[in-house]
Amino acid sequence: MSQEHEPHHHHDHDHDHDHDDDDVQEHREHGAPLTEVELRVRALESLLVDKGLVDPAALDAIIDTYETKVGPRNGAKIVAHAWVDPDYRRRLLEDGTAAVAEYGFVGRQSEKILVVENTPKVHNMVVCTLCSCYPWAVLGLPPVWYKSAPYRSRAVIDPRGVLSEMGVEVPADTEVRVWDSTAEIRYLVLPERPAGTENMTEDELAALVTRDSMIGVAKVRA
Amino acid sequence: MNGAHDLGGMHGFGPVELERDEPVFHHEWERRAFAITLAAGFLGKWNIDMTRYAREQMPPAEYLATTYYEHWLFGLEKLLDDTRLVSRAELQAVLKGGARQAPVPAAGVRVLAARDVEAALRKSREAKADDDVPPRFNVGDLVRTVNINPVGHTRLPRYARDKRGAVALDHGVWVFPDTNGTGRGRKPQHCYSVRFEACELWGAGAGSRDAIYIDLWDDHLVPA
Repeated sequence: MSQEHEPHHHHDHDHDHDHDDDDVQEHREHGAPLTEVELRVRALESLLVDKGLVDPAALDAIIDTYETKVGPRNGAKIVAHAWVDPDYRRRLLEDGTAAVAEYGFVGRQSEKILVVENTPKVHNMVVCTLCSCYPWAVLGLPPVWYKSAPYRSRAVIDPRGVLSEMGVEVPADTEVRVWDSTAEIRYLVLPERPAGTENMTEDELAALVTRDSMIGVAKVRA
Repeated sequence: MNGAHDLGGMHGFGPVELERDEPVFHHEWERRAFAITLAAGFLGKWNIDMTRYAREQMPPAEYLATTYYEHWLFGLEKLLDDTRLVSRAELQAVLKGGARQAPVPAAGVRVLAARDVEAALRKSREAKADDDVPPRFNVGDLVRTVNINPVGHTRLPRYARDKRGAVALDHGVWVFPDTNGTGRGRKPQHCYSVRFEACELWGAGAGSRDAIYIDLWDDHLVPA
């Protein structure tokens, strides 16, 4: 208990939100475990290992993959390349799965990738109201907010309100399209290239591209 | 099922909370819960739809009061118990610190080895079907979703039942989660992206320029 609680309180105090008066809320959204959860996971893992159902080294390899190898830098490379190469952009929008696979980004939670392009006329954003479907191969594992009840409940009924809270004001005459990922198709937003980036290299552009811009809840800023 | 997981359109959860420089995992137990869930999935005893259905069966009050990886843990415990790989009694015994029986190695399962992890994670699951099934709808067709309230698994969210939309994209033939998730077969059929105008889903007050696209299967749709 103390091992988990010390860093968490520390984290609370460092937190730059000013609503941590509600400790229960903080715990729920930031994933602090109850002791019981820790014990259950430990017990289950030991049973699975003892029964020969999982290889402990495989567990470490799985964690390492998603903690250090697969993440939103993958998607950022795709976006930056699409910005500088019109032919790649066309391929990406026509067959996202194939164009993303050109980079070797394939695998779980990315069986089919569909890329939707943000323009001055259309703003796309992605949600999974039923669970947490997310394009792992290009964005890694989803952030807590994406999996949370506030985002999953509101993205479909109040997309402009959610976008506004997240810092994106969509003009009244721009269409908002919300993609609810209810199947195995995974959506990646191709954000608008910001003005003033004409002389940037592809690597410099990729460094500008944020995870949230590829979910459609942020703009890319130069 | 009409569970707490089906969140679209609910009110009262407050603002979306962003965390700057968020880590991939917040606690060691989340790492372990994630990894044992993926590794156990490779045993081949259940499919992704069964995994989702297992998590959906967490009692609603509990689902809303717990974190994401607690949902995963609930689902994994249920699937392991259902498939008799690890029973609830065995888990309880370990939790109580009682004498453990010598583990009986499970027979007839393929276990994911560390050297195979990279290849296994790079391999897509097999939800896309090769079956030659004709589509019931064409892009542009007006459709209405069925009004269903199954106690089992469905990917038709509550907020989009008995609503009019238009077929925007045909994704091809896919396994049907509503049957696959409850062991009633793959039932391969076309899956489409269906466009619903926001005002069709939420009433006249909704943004007149806004639309929700939902991936739905032939069995969710009838001609409008």
